[in-house]
Amino acid sequence: MTDLLTLAASAAGSGLPLGITEGGAWLLRNVWLIPLLPALSFVGILFFGKRLPKGGSELGIAFVGIAFVLALFTAVAWIDHRDDFHGEEVTRTVAVAEHHDEHGDEHHGGHGHPSLAVHNTVTWFQSNGVEFTVGTLVDGPAVMMLVVVTLVSLLVHVYSTDYVAGDRRYTHFFAFLSLFSASMLLLVVSENTLQLLVAWELVGVCSFALIGHWWEEKPNSDAALKAFLTNRVGDMGLLVGVTILFFTVGSALPGQFGSFSIAETNALANAGALSHTALLVASCCLMAAVMSKSGQFFLHTWLPDAMAGPTPVSALIHAATMVVAGVFMIARMYGVFFEGFSIGGSSINMMALVGGLTTLVGASLAFVQSDIKKVLAYSTISQLGYMVMALGVGAWTAAMFHLFTHAFFKACLFLGSGSAAHAVHSFDMKADMGGLRKEMPHTFRTFVIGSIALAGLPPLAGFWSKDEILVGTGGWGLFGGTGGNGAYTFMLVMGIATAALTAAYMTRCVYLTFFGEFRGHGHPHESGPRIVVPLWILAGLAIVAGFLNLPKGFPLVPDSLQERFGHFVEPVAGYFPTIAHGTPSWSLAIFSTLVVAAAIGVAYRYYFVKVEAASKACGKSLTELPNGPTTKYPLARRGHNLLVQKYYLDHLYTDVIAGGTKGPLADVAYSVNQNVIDGVVNAAGENAVKAGNLVYHRFDQLVVDGVVNTSGRASSGAGEELRKIQTGKVQGYAAILFAAATVLAGVFIVIV
Amino acid sequence: MLLNQFLLLSAVLFAIGVYGVLARRNGVLVLMSIELILNAVNINLVAFSALRETVGGEVFALFVIAVAAAEVGVGLAMVLLLYRNRRSIDLTEIDLMRG
Amino acid sequence: MENLLDGWGLTVATFSPLVGVAVMLLIPKDQEERHKLIALVTSLWVAFVSVLLLIGFDLDHTDRLQFVVDKVWIDVISSHYAVGLDGMSLPLLLLTVLVVPLCIVYSWNHFPEPRNPKAFLILILILETGMIGTFVAQDLVLFFVFFEVVLLPMFFMIAVWGGPNRRYASLKFFLFTLFGSALMLVSFLALFFLTGAESFVFADLADNVVAHGVSRTAQLWIFGGMLLGFGIKVPMFPFHTWLPDAHTEAPTVGSVILAAVLLKLGTYGFIRIAIPILPEAAVEWAPWIGLLAVIGIIYGALGCLAQTDMKRLIAFSSVAHMGFVMLGIATLTDFGINAAIMGMVAHGLITGMLFFLAGSMKERYHTLEISRLGGLLVQAPRMGWVFGLCAMASLGLPGLAGFWGEFPAILSAYSPGNGVPVETFRTFMVVAALGTVLAAGYLLWLLQRAAFGTPKEEFADDPHITDATREEWIAWAPMIALIVAIGIYPNLVFRVTDGAVDASLHECLQVNASELTSEQAEALGCADIYDVAGTDDGHGDGHADEHAAVGG
Repeated sequence: MTDLLTLAASAAGSGLPLGITEGGAWLLRNVWLIPLLPALSFVGILFFGKRLPKGGSELGIAFVGIAFVLALFTAVAWIDHRDDFHGEEVTRTVAVAEHHDEHGDEHHGGHGHPSLAVHNTVTWFQSNGVEFTVGTLVDGPAVMMLVVVTLVSLLVHVYSTDYVAGDRRYTHFFAFLSLFSASMLLLVVSENTLQLLVAWELVGVCSFALIGHWWEEKPNSDAALKAFLTNRVGDMGLLVGVTILFFTVGSALPGQFGSFSIAETNALANAGALSHTALLVASCCLMAAVMSKSGQFFLHTWLPDAMAGPTPVSALIHAATMVVAGVFMIARMYGVFFEGFSIGGSSINMMALVGGLTTLVGASLAFVQSDIKKVLAYSTISQLGYMVMALGVGAWTAAMFHLFTHAFFKACLFLGSGSAAHAVHSFDMKADMGGLRKEMPHTFRTFVIGSIALAGLPPLAGFWSKDEILVGTGGWGLFGGTGGNGAYTFMLVMGIATAALTAAYMTRCVYLTFFGEFRGHGHPHESGPRIVVPLWILAGLAIVAGFLNLPKGFPLVPDSLQERFGHFVEPVAGYFPTIAHGTPSWSLAIFSTLVVAAAIGVAYRYYFVKVEAASKACGKSLTELPNGPTTKYPLARRGHNLLVQKYYLDHLYTDVIAGGTKGPLADVAYSVNQNVIDGVVNAAGENAVKAGNLVYHRFDQLVVDGVVNTSGRASSGAGEELRKIQTGKVQGYAAILFAAATVLAGVFIVIV
Repeated sequence: MLLNQFLLLSAVLFAIGVYGVLARRNGVLVLMSIELILNAVNINLVAFSALRETVGGEVFALFVIAVAAAEVGVGLAMVLLLYRNRRSIDLTEIDLMRG
Repeated sequence: MENLLDGWGLTVATFSPLVGVAVMLLIPKDQEERHKLIALVTSLWVAFVSVLLLIGFDLDHTDRLQFVVDKVWIDVISSHYAVGLDGMSLPLLLLTVLVVPLCIVYSWNHFPEPRNPKAFLILILILETGMIGTFVAQDLVLFFVFFEVVLLPMFFMIAVWGGPNRRYASLKFFLFTLFGSALMLVSFLALFFLTGAESFVFADLADNVVAHGVSRTAQLWIFGGMLLGFGIKVPMFPFHTWLPDAHTEAPTVGSVILAAVLLKLGTYGFIRIAIPILPEAAVEWAPWIGLLAVIGIIYGALGCLAQTDMKRLIAFSSVAHMGFVMLGIATLTDFGINAAIMGMVAHGLITGMLFFLAGSMKERYHTLEISRLGGLLVQAPRMGWVFGLCAMASLGLPGLAGFWGEFPAILSAYSPGNGVPVETFRTFMVVAALGTVLAAGYLLWLLQRAAFGTPKEEFADDPHITDATREEWIAWAPMIALIVAIGIYPNLVFRVTDGAVDASLHECLQVNASELTSEQAEALGCADIYDVAGTDDGHGDGHADEHAAVGG
């Protein structure tokens, strides 16, 4: 048996390298300060918010602002640490078989110098003699998320001071924004899956509270409930997945029955020390959580409804940060997913398929919405699908980069839609918007910048990240894009189709909102600086963020500026799988750009030319052609109807599943309770009573009681007689006493 | 020492006492008669004690005296209360304990 | 001081309430203020003594019984007055002494009809003695006596101060539990006579089960009897039907005590008596207990969804939550039983709070019909938020106490103890996870309909509907604080229980969860490559050393 047992050691006899270190700059070791700040702000606002002059918002802005600055410093520290840290790496003794060893040494390819994540823990609790820790794991993706979350959160805080000014629960709103920021930041620095799970649920509950911010109206609380419950369905997968991983990892660690540590889990998965079945099952379970949290098909239905919340919330939570938690989780546990789904060298897997379907489903549904926020919500679903698909095909860096750029332009779009809606007091593009470009120039410009970035036209941010994803599919030999992790041609097709759809629906959205004539009431005017400035900051980022990761071999810039994002964000460490990187291809980039341009052209022709002309002809601002395809062709109408009904998924969930559980199923269970179980109890009781009656009437009353009653009657009769003696007169008693004593004395004398 | 005269005296006192208890209607007199009975007993106790030259009888007599004193106290209090409540101490009128 | 605590601490804590009762009996019933004061002071004194015990408790040796007293009590039946405190009983003891004063404070100005504070408070104090006694008793007869002492005051509390259907509910409660107790007593006696132990002290019995070689069948039967007795108290499906009725009809404080402490007597019985004394039978019964537990989880949740009455809904949720506790126990692992104790404490705090809230709402709205409620957050915002917090805690939100009872229980079901079927429990795990979704469903649904929205017309301008009063805050604040504190730092409980659970399981089951069992390795489909230690002790140790040496 001993010969089976060797150590998966890359360096001689030192155990499995985890790719983490306990050294590093002070800030990297104490990154817990960043989540702590908004948490303090939450407590502060909760207890003192109402008494502060600005209702607690100043507290939130101050603390999140400090957190942002700290996050920037952390990023700087990380950039320094990434290449120049030469401290000691933590290794782990593991018990695995020899034939899995060959994976061990491959980690140090890729970008050359390994990036050691900074790892810090303290004991949280102990059970079964094992100490469970809480801590931080700071590496590229974590630092990137820290910056994104704090930045968007800060801008949203500022934006909200205007947007929700005078709201009935102003203070409460900021308290929850702070709590959300704290939870999200905790999530991104989580060192173990248990901590991740905790933060995961906390962001969910903040989302619940903020979607239901105006809970007086039932639709809002319904949406909040739906969001929470859908997420709970996914969380079930998370619970189970985390559990499976915990014990699976434990089986490979001598002297320990389990481990939540992300670094250990990934490193062991990469080293091939964990059973593939267990990893596959765990990945599928975790995937369920991703599907709910990141709005993947078919658990995405809560996300459009979540737009019932205030717009800043939608921008922060349902576009830029919380919904990408799922994507981030995949990125974090990539070792597990990579092995579990066998991403390398395959051509299809569950994750890529789910992501690909989601992009198409989301993009197609975005076409039929008249609520501007719902367009953006479906667009978010679609873009999240993009990220998941990218992770599914092994394009890790591309996915992270898309997450990064998407956070900026989608937040920009959401805040822009909020700005427009703020002016016209409605979100309905068809009924209450149109022609806003004149009244709201800043909003218009930023919105268009965001739209172009989203559509993916060069040189804006979206183009670069989208292109990398397409490259990462392994391309199609035709375009020369080679060197990905497999041949995910199908995903490439879906990706390009979505790019076209995206460009088209954003054109429609821009036209309906900003062109044509104003269809609403009143006189809209541009929003104040607290709204416009964040918009411009985000728009600026939407323009430039893409340059952070210029592809390798891009001729216009020096080598040192190429692929900076990938270099600093993508881990090269024991806990990260060895993934292949696709080679960028000019032909693919040009082709996809042409497709996008064509889609914009078609939509432009329909809206800007035909609808505009029809509007002029009939003298009022139209939103679609009176004789469009849906009126002409029954098939198109049916398709349109299918989209309007959101593929009937909501019916399935709300009416069939939720209604079925709440209604018939619960009723059946309860009636079983009342009739069967309680019936048994009551029947037992009744039969006992019947038996009791029998015994009582036949035996007890006749026999036992007979005896008792007779004796009772006898004594009562005797008493009736004897009471006559009891006159109540003392002397009478004395006489009897005396007589009796005399008689007794006589008897004694005679006898004794 | 002759025992008989003591026993005779005691018997007479006892008989008078019993008569008083049974026949008189006045509560106070009944109490006094009870005292007579008790004293008759006392005489017997002391007489026998002297005859047998032990102190037990005398001690017992002392107890009886003490108890008698207490009993008279309680008895008189009751009679007094009776009088207060009913303006009479005629025992034939008092039959609260009739069954 | 230390010596005094050692010898007398537990006894004082247990019987002080009875001293209070004696004093109160001497005071006429119309001096209500004095009664309240005495009851409060008594319960606070008990809490104070318990805190002293906590301070004196050696947290590094939670596995050891502390403050032990062992005197012969009833010589004829070899019963001892044996009390002691270890890591398993300490959290529950503290929970009890916390809840009782809070209940007294809560009822300060609103005693349920027909008032009579004297009798009401006396019953509460008697209950307290019974509850504390059960948690510290180390002798079966003593345990049984205290276990039963609890029954009567609760019966009267429901039957006298209860709702309209109180007679049915109280009788059902009484008969159900008495039925269980009878079987339990038979089991106890069988245990005593079959083992031929010298006394009823737990440790004695456990030793003698092994030493005397009680037949397997007998062990199974005895365990079955205990299962029924404790299971009814828990309550486990399908013996739970007394619970919704009792809770619905009981006065608020009665519900709170019932939920917070009384239900724990059953689960405590399992981990203190049934499993340590009869480990082999426990392994046999474990799948069945687990099955009933997960049925309870799903079933209780479905029952909740069908409710129209808020209090009844909360009562049904107890069935589901205690299902998680039982699932943890059924795994027979350290982790599971730790989770179970955590679950007990958390459920005590959270469901206790929910019943407090239900009581306060009933007082304001005079109904708990969910369809008539609504807009609590508008009319009583603070109360509404507390309600929201408790609902979140109850559905197992991380960061609040409930999570640490649920998740570890689910976790432990993945890898149950030696001899317990692994696949079965993994299925249970998935079903239990489904239960967390349903829990979110019914609690949020309740929250939405009771707290969100706008008030219904009939209550819109009701001046009686005010925010939480001072007494309510005093009663609630400590519980809320603990819910949050345990949620953030679960070690508060785990640290105390861990050692004790570990010791009690290791003694009886020789479970060594850190080593993978062969079944588990097989289940993972990779037995061939794993170090299947535990099946072969000699080799296992050797490997461990080797790793240590190389791993450094």
